[in-house]
Amino acid sequence: MEAATDLKHIALSDIHVKLGAKMVPFAGYLMPVSYEGINAEHETVRNRIGVFDVSHMGEFILKGEHAMELIQRLTSNDVAKLVDGKVQYSCIPNEDGGIVDDLLVYRIDDKSYMLVVNASNIDKDWNWFVSRNTKGVEMHNISDKTSLLAVQGPLAAAALQPLTSMDLLNMEYYTFAKGDFAGCENVLVSATGYTGAGGFEIYVENKDAEKVWNAVFEAGKDHGIKPIGLGARDTLRLEMGFCLYGNDIDDTTSPIEAGLGWITKFTKDFTNSSALKLQKETGVSRKLVGFEMMDRGIPRHDYLIQDATGNTIGKVTSGTQSPSLQKAIGMGYVTAEFAKEGSEIFIPVRDKAIKAKVVKLPFYKK
Amino acid sequence: MNFPDQLKYTKDHEWIMVDGNIATVGITDFAQGELGDIVYVDITSAGETLSAETVFGTVEAVKTVSDLFMPVSGKVVEVNPHLESNPESVNKDPYGNGWMIKIEISNAPELEHLLSSAAYQQLVGA
Repeated sequence: MEAATDLKHIALSDIHVKLGAKMVPFAGYLMPVSYEGINAEHETVRNRIGVFDVSHMGEFILKGEHAMELIQRLTSNDVAKLVDGKVQYSCIPNEDGGIVDDLLVYRIDDKSYMLVVNASNIDKDWNWFVSRNTKGVEMHNISDKTSLLAVQGPLAAAALQPLTSMDLLNMEYYTFAKGDFAGCENVLVSATGYTGAGGFEIYVENKDAEKVWNAVFEAGKDHGIKPIGLGARDTLRLEMGFCLYGNDIDDTTSPIEAGLGWITKFTKDFTNSSALKLQKETGVSRKLVGFEMMDRGIPRHDYLIQDATGNTIGKVTSGTQSPSLQKAIGMGYVTAEFAKEGSEIFIPVRDKAIKAKVVKLPFYKK
Repeated sequence: MNFPDQLKYTKDHEWIMVDGNIATVGITDFAQGELGDIVYVDITSAGETLSAETVFGTVEAVKTVSDLFMPVSGKVVEVNPHLESNPESVNKDPYGNGWMIKIEISNAPELEHLLSSAAYQQLVGA
């Protein structure tokens, strides 16, 4: 347990408490985990519109002649594919086959980029970049002064459009714009999220966070907007098969094992790229898969995965009862021979091995 | 939060309502709130005789899983059949439709060790 006094507070902490949020320590921050309940919040995002305060996330600005080159060398996806106003999902491989973090790379212009990293990895990522910044790229860690609101759900665009002159209705997935929003200047809005429900992520300075929060709720009032906690964020992302750093990927899992080959581009050189290329060509011995429970039982992080005769073949990395599908789902690493869709695997839950089936991701399809 | 005076409580957040030598057991309003949405109540101890503080079942919420403990020693004589298809009753009505088991008490003096409503409220800071 982290001592409450060591925890960082996000700018809108008091607002969440007033709204009845259950606040819990997460990655060193006191964060809202739920308001009215995970299932109801999950349903709100899938069908209408909900707002997550994810201000614990980290943001770095990298600027200068060599900014792109540095990001290109330290991340797995191909930054050269980005144009101004485009976002890219990527990861930072380490030198031992694992992953330092997964992140979003925003290209503001050809000499300035924003990296959005996991809260638990802010210091680790910052030090990783600083110690490899050999050509004097200008770096700013703006995490502590930046708030991030994720407004997610099918009604998000219609609800938020009146607040800004940026064209949200036609904003393509994984693009962004910077401009006025709710009377505040210099707000960055991207068509991104971690839910598969559509919507936007809004980056504002802390001083504007409350104003933007209030304007968003006013604008969404007639659409049934509600605050959503990190609990529902986890069930929503898991239904989409999105990896969570610290659960499904970490310092010891390779992007190839994790099914992140699509963001690992061997058209360029980057940290550990030759070893990862070899993995891709010769195959990996374990793979991250999605599975559905066939009998009653809910898989949880760190539960074992077995074959029909009880041999251990892997471990669960994430699991939950899916609110949208009304069945228990999970992800985990299994030896390659069990990674095929339809493979029968078993998860011991308490005293019983429960049958599960490897399925294609995402679990949830619109 | 609601903690009826006529019930006794455990520090593990179960409640027990005694009626002669039969008692009904469930989890408290505080416990259901902490667990969040309950999706599955797994009780396989029907017919078993268990001692106080041993596990009689497990409750699965969306985010977490938690064991259920016997408040006093006894035989599990009934499991709430309604929870099979309505586990959310534990959230909505923890002291009513959300009851979990009925037990035949085998060592009544153990009831003296349980908490009153006031003592339990103090424990959970309600």
